[in-house]
Amino acid sequence: MKGIFKTPRVGRRAIKVWQRNRDAWFKFYKASLVGNLGEPLLFLVAFGLGLSKFIGNVDGMPYINFIAPGLVVASVMNASSFECTFGSFTRMSSQKTYDAIMVTPVNIEEVAAGDILWGASKGFISAMIILPVLVAFGLMDSPWLIVSPLLFLLEGLMFAAMALIVTSFTPSYDYYAYYFSLVVSPMFFFSGIFFPLSAMPAWVAKAAWFFPLTHAVNVARALSSGNVSASILWDILWMLVFTFAASWVAVNSIKRRLVK
Amino acid sequence: MSEVLKEAVISARALTKDYDGMQAVKGIDFDVVKAECFGFLGPNGAGKTTTLNMVQGYSPLTSGALTVFGYDIIKDPRRIKARIGVVPQENNLDPDLTVLENLRIYARYFDIPKKEAVERAMHLLEFMSLTDKKDERITKLSGGMKRRLMVARALINDPELIILDEPTTGLDPQARHLIWQRLRGLRKEGRTMLLTTHYMEEAAQLCDRLMIMDGGRILAEGSPASLVERYAKGEVVEFRIPDSGPDEVLGCLAGLAFEYEVSGDTMFIFADDGEALLKKASCFLAGGFIHRRATLEDVFLKLTGRELRE
Repeated sequence: MKGIFKTPRVGRRAIKVWQRNRDAWFKFYKASLVGNLGEPLLFLVAFGLGLSKFIGNVDGMPYINFIAPGLVVASVMNASSFECTFGSFTRMSSQKTYDAIMVTPVNIEEVAAGDILWGASKGFISAMIILPVLVAFGLMDSPWLIVSPLLFLLEGLMFAAMALIVTSFTPSYDYYAYYFSLVVSPMFFFSGIFFPLSAMPAWVAKAAWFFPLTHAVNVARALSSGNVSASILWDILWMLVFTFAASWVAVNSIKRRLVK
Repeated sequence: MSEVLKEAVISARALTKDYDGMQAVKGIDFDVVKAECFGFLGPNGAGKTTTLNMVQGYSPLTSGALTVFGYDIIKDPRRIKARIGVVPQENNLDPDLTVLENLRIYARYFDIPKKEAVERAMHLLEFMSLTDKKDERITKLSGGMKRRLMVARALINDPELIILDEPTTGLDPQARHLIWQRLRGLRKEGRTMLLTTHYMEEAAQLCDRLMIMDGGRILAEGSPASLVERYAKGEVVEFRIPDSGPDEVLGCLAGLAFEYEVSGDTMFIFADDGEALLKKASCFLAGGFIHRRATLEDVFLKLTGRELRE
């Protein structure tokens, strides 16, 4: 773990790594766009339409409107997590793209930082595809939605950095199954997307405070419903601190893995 | 400082590298001067690649001093990396991109503007005979084409120093000769080259000076010709050892100035005086023999031994 607290030497060149990933993605982005839209809409139709009849209003809004913002931030989590697990691991190990860049003036910390930026972009893109669809269906209409892209960026950085930490330790693709089934999926179900945390046993609500996704859901729901209160500033602060720490560790840990 | 040292592009002093509790490079000194091709020759595990990795700023030194273009590799890695081109042992082209895109995007890491990057890329594709492949995906290229593209990519920043780790391992003779020709062309332009190889022919074809390494140490250094002169006698015969054993042959050769080596079922006799050696041909004629001039390979095997390396 030596070097994990060192200040990473990250400069403007991280952008070049982001550009490389963007250029590679542009070659088959169409397939990936449709994929982004599919899953959230599936959940929306299945849960929203299916359960709405039985549930009625939740927190003063129709159930389908209640879950819609959570599904958007969940799609950010999924897209950013996938990019910085499977995507980054492929670039790091089998393709050796990281190795190729490390012998240029771009250093390994910038490679890792560029991958985090790219992972965040994938999450951002995913949310920006879904959001207009939900708005068009009339599921959200608050003017606060204008600032939601900033939330998606911050959340994308947060999950990209978290995923890259996992990548810096994983011996093979197989180990990502643990991350997704033990970390990502529980967050999906217990961060207040499908039911208000206040309806859960108190210990679940307390545990959920430690889930990064909970804070993203809180902010997203406030922005989409227009019930914006000062409490979301705490959620944003939580995410800022966590994202900063996770990015720091991710960059140093990738360096520890690759610089021998 | 002497005149030669002033021109040193790479200068290593007491360089060591530890890996997982093992010392892969055990305190080596060497200088590479401008516009020469300097080769590291050695069996697998000799420490060649480890040394290259330190020179190209890929892995940090454990101890010692290493300067490239007069800059300290620890303090100024970016300044150094901007002026070197690297061809690693394993190809790491970007499979998501086409041939041309590989070069264009690599150029970006060196802050080369897009227009200039495309110009340089087209020129380099021409130089490496890849122009008609420019829009091909990497997965569609043969091994030789991929290697040529690796060389082209290493040249995108117009490097003063080119570092090649086993540039032609695994290629067919046509592809190998094409790469050698191009590398000789680059050296004529005044670029410095540092390469590792375990092909003696490659070393002899390309290198002005060689360093034979084994076990993390330098065993010998000099031009290919001077190494052959110093470590191997002028001519060699090699033959299968007769059933009666090597002693009989050695007895038969009495009166000749020679050195010999036994390896498995084969015996090597080295002698400066080829004519005198052949006069004794009756000693080993029975089983057939090969008579040739001593080569770098003889030097290499003599210095590093004949046992198999994993």
